[in-house]
Amino acid sequence: MLDSEVPQEGNSTLGGQRKAMYARGADGKLHIVQSAGWEVEEIVTRQAVEDLNRLAEDARQRVIAGQTSALEYHMHKARMDVPLLSQVTGLWQWRIRRHFRPDIFQGLSAGLLKRYGDAMGLTVEQLQKAE
Amino acid sequence: MEFQHSHASHCESGVMSSMLRHLGLPISEAMAFGLSSALSFAYLPIIKINGLPLVAYRMPPKFIIKGLQKPLGLKMRFETFRSPEAGEQRLNELLDAGRLVGMQTSVFWLPYMPEDLRFHFNAHNVLAYGRDAASGDYLLSDPVVETTVTCAPANLRRARFAKGVLAPKGLLYYPEGKPSEPDWAKVLPKAIKKTTRILLDSPIPIIGVRGIRRLANAIERLDAQGKPAAAKMFIGQIVRMQEEIGTGGGGFRFIYAAFLQEAAERLARPALNELSEALVDIGDEWREFALSTARMIRDREPLNPAKLADKLRAIADREQAFFRDLRRAA
Repeated sequence: MLDSEVPQEGNSTLGGQRKAMYARGADGKLHIVQSAGWEVEEIVTRQAVEDLNRLAEDARQRVIAGQTSALEYHMHKARMDVPLLSQVTGLWQWRIRRHFRPDIFQGLSAGLLKRYGDAMGLTVEQLQKAE
Repeated sequence: MEFQHSHASHCESGVMSSMLRHLGLPISEAMAFGLSSALSFAYLPIIKINGLPLVAYRMPPKFIIKGLQKPLGLKMRFETFRSPEAGEQRLNELLDAGRLVGMQTSVFWLPYMPEDLRFHFNAHNVLAYGRDAASGDYLLSDPVVETTVTCAPANLRRARFAKGVLAPKGLLYYPEGKPSEPDWAKVLPKAIKKTTRILLDSPIPIIGVRGIRRLANAIERLDAQGKPAAAKMFIGQIVRMQEEIGTGGGGFRFIYAAFLQEAAERLARPALNELSEALVDIGDEWREFALSTARMIRDREPLNPAKLADKLRAIADREQAFFRDLRRAA
């Protein structure tokens, strides 16, 4: 890659930051060039983010329909999945899945709710609402 | 001595380059990367990130930090902690003593990271070089960010004690003693040979050039008609590992090419310069692979896993030939 080939087309997922790339200058030496972003990276990052957003939105709809608890929504919102949430909270995966049932989530103790909240950086109040 | 931040493409080599420069041994990021033989390829179908296999273009985390100890005659100390309180206290002690401290963190909890890049990736390296007296915020040098940044204690605690795959457990690391200028004629050929061994002679078929072919086979098996969305997620993940996650482009191939140029100069061996150019060409091919993949994800060209697999196999052949030449030249 030559200096002139370092993509500068911008990448919205970088949030205005630039990243360091290695490219060949006029003297033939490789050195660091700041890149404003490559569309290819933007496409694959957006793909991953949109997939996570889709999961969260899907869960939100099911919370409204009473099919799942706000916990599942917040889990996806925090870009986690059940195995990761299990590792962070120290709860069995099947217990977490059980807590996705709205009736059971309603009756959770304050201690358990706090554990979930801490894991995802939320207060107990935020955790109980899917918004 | 005032700490000097520099922008790098990869977090671990960037942290080590900054740390060594601060200790009086100016070593470029590319040199830190190459001297620790960090270049690799691994396709790890058993380790899943959000349900997708891990693809890595370098050796596992901490490999660079550990690999620089021997050639530079440096002893690194590593400390992990059971409780966040103890970890935070120790960090404060070290900073108060005027030390630079490397830390392993989770990208997700670092507030200065762009929102879209904050995934649960636990092996991001950052340097702490002080604390703001007024706010108590930590002063950080994150190699992949252009300038220095600050981070509130609560956020840093979360980032250091995140759980999951590669959990950092509050890892801190710092040098004991001072690094010394190595005998380049000895350490460079040794480091280069080690890299060729990793890529050519791996006993497990998922590492090195064989790993690239194994990944090509996995791509070929993707169901483009039945499950196009899942197939796109699979190939998209590969490109993210290759380009987005601080590799300097082309899955670290360009940064290693920069290392070979430096080595050519230090050893006065022009053959390594030619090899560096060959590796830049290979890096360009990885970039073309990424471009095709992105176009398929966006339906600008039809989704065709077999075509991507062939491209990867071509890259594998070239890398195999390249690393054999490199072995001879070292």
